[in-house]
Amino acid sequence: MKQRSLRARETTAAWIFVLPWLLGLLLFVAGPIITSFIVSFTDWDLLTRPKWIGAQNYKELLGNDPLLWQSVKVSAIYTFASVPLGMGFALLVALGLNRRLPGLAIFRTIYYLPAILSGVAVAMLWQWVFSPEFGLINTFLRYFSLPAPGWLASESWALPALIIMGLWGIGGTAIIYLSGLQNIPDQLYEAAMIDGAGPWKSFRHVTIPMLSPVLFFTLIMGIIGSFQVFTQAYVMTNGGPANATLFFVLYLYRNAFEWLKMGYASALAWLLFVIILSLTLLNFALAKYWVHYED
Amino acid sequence: MKNRKAIGDTIVFLLLLTGALVLLAPLAWMLSTSLKEPGDVFKYPPQWIPRPAKWSNYLDVFTEWPFARYLTNTLWVTGMAMLGTLFSCSFAAYSFARLRWAGRDLIFMISLATMMLPAQVTMVPTFAMFVFTGWIDTLLPLYVPAFFGNAFFIFLFRQFFKGIPLALEDAAKIDGCGYFQTYWHVITPLTRPAFITVAIFTFMGTWNDFLGPLIYISSESKRTLALALSFYQNYFYGGIHLHTLMAASILVLLPCIAVFFVFQKYFIQGMVLSGLKG
Repeated sequence: MKQRSLRARETTAAWIFVLPWLLGLLLFVAGPIITSFIVSFTDWDLLTRPKWIGAQNYKELLGNDPLLWQSVKVSAIYTFASVPLGMGFALLVALGLNRRLPGLAIFRTIYYLPAILSGVAVAMLWQWVFSPEFGLINTFLRYFSLPAPGWLASESWALPALIIMGLWGIGGTAIIYLSGLQNIPDQLYEAAMIDGAGPWKSFRHVTIPMLSPVLFFTLIMGIIGSFQVFTQAYVMTNGGPANATLFFVLYLYRNAFEWLKMGYASALAWLLFVIILSLTLLNFALAKYWVHYED
Repeated sequence: MKNRKAIGDTIVFLLLLTGALVLLAPLAWMLSTSLKEPGDVFKYPPQWIPRPAKWSNYLDVFTEWPFARYLTNTLWVTGMAMLGTLFSCSFAAYSFARLRWAGRDLIFMISLATMMLPAQVTMVPTFAMFVFTGWIDTLLPLYVPAFFGNAFFIFLFRQFFKGIPLALEDAAKIDGCGYFQTYWHVITPLTRPAFITVAIFTFMGTWNDFLGPLIYISSESKRTLALALSFYQNYFYGGIHLHTLMAASILVLLPCIAVFFVFQKYFIQGMVLSGLKG
């Protein structure tokens, strides 16, 4: 009798503790997910009643929307450039920091600092850095008599500019790699040396496999994050010039909140989900060729 | 052999130093611009150290713009979001990590699965819901959801809570502590790093949030700092007010930089924890 009431008390307490989250899960997650799916089959401007139009939004999205494909292209180029470049530089920084040189703590702080800064203020800063006339980068390039592009004002240089800006924040990834490197047992390197492996071989056959789960994790998170870029594109270029930086989420935002096409915007959100999910699943499928798990 | 290592170390040190200078240059450039006379901003070659440094640019931010108003809004939203997140997420995590109830693991798995979904999917229905409740153009949509938990932070708390020895909880129970007292007197004091980590992440996320204020706020008096900055950018960019704009941007970044320097240990811990165990 006593035992049972104790158990019942625990269950009651458990539900009370988890109640806010259960409500949140229903109100802000599950409910909106289901609603979003239904809305994606309607024509809805938020002011009048939604009109059921079947798969019309999805048909339009797959066949007849050049701006959508431009936005997919922009986000894809950004992702395929910035994720590998970011991982590469982060790995170099981590390898450098891992040599335990003097000033390690200071270096670690400096490299990490930009990674925690984000948002409009950072966008503002970079807009000034990229200013074609008086910006930091072009001042530097002119000093060495190098060609100084128009950056954000140029159709071909705006996207590369945003990719460069993204590299400013690689410190977070570098910190993750550094802790991964520190977890690799020294015996593995000693064994590799005894087997006659030089620095390159022990990097290739010890460091990379041992670090591969962490590399894999940052690859997945990097892809997810870079497909969701919004603030830079909205603040710095507003998608231009000539849609050269029309990121996917910016296009989605315009459909929803500038043109009040809620149904079409919802369909776009589901397309984004499908894109991210496919890339993630593809990476999981490819993982067996290069990701090495202990035990 | 030893010589070769010394040469290697020197090269790596110089490379790291160069990289560090490159990363700091934009911030230094920003600081330099923020201290200039309007006429000196567009000069070639640029002056790195403005003489005299015009610190009054920072005062202008407060007198020329209703910066204090935006600051108050941002502090309120950020503070409430932190309060809500810390309570709701640690409560749920306590339930998931330490209490036994039917359906617990299933609901936890569902919670984790929802993290896969990009936030854009729920954006339109959530907006419609706040239109329905009449909360558009109020600060409420920016922090009320925080009181209803967040899957990622619940996951983070749960990792920490799992690490506390059960014996401590049993001892508390024998002393007659109820579940809330156990949570408050046993769990929270032992997992302060978790609370600090989640508080920092929430602070950074809410302070810098742009999309939320952009879609929910329309009147000027309710703008947050991030939103206000983007409006000034539209009016002044490239013009005579660039030094004020940079001063304002630095003021917005400053709390983040301060939090980073004070709590650096927790940033690294949180980053690595979510990176390695995620």
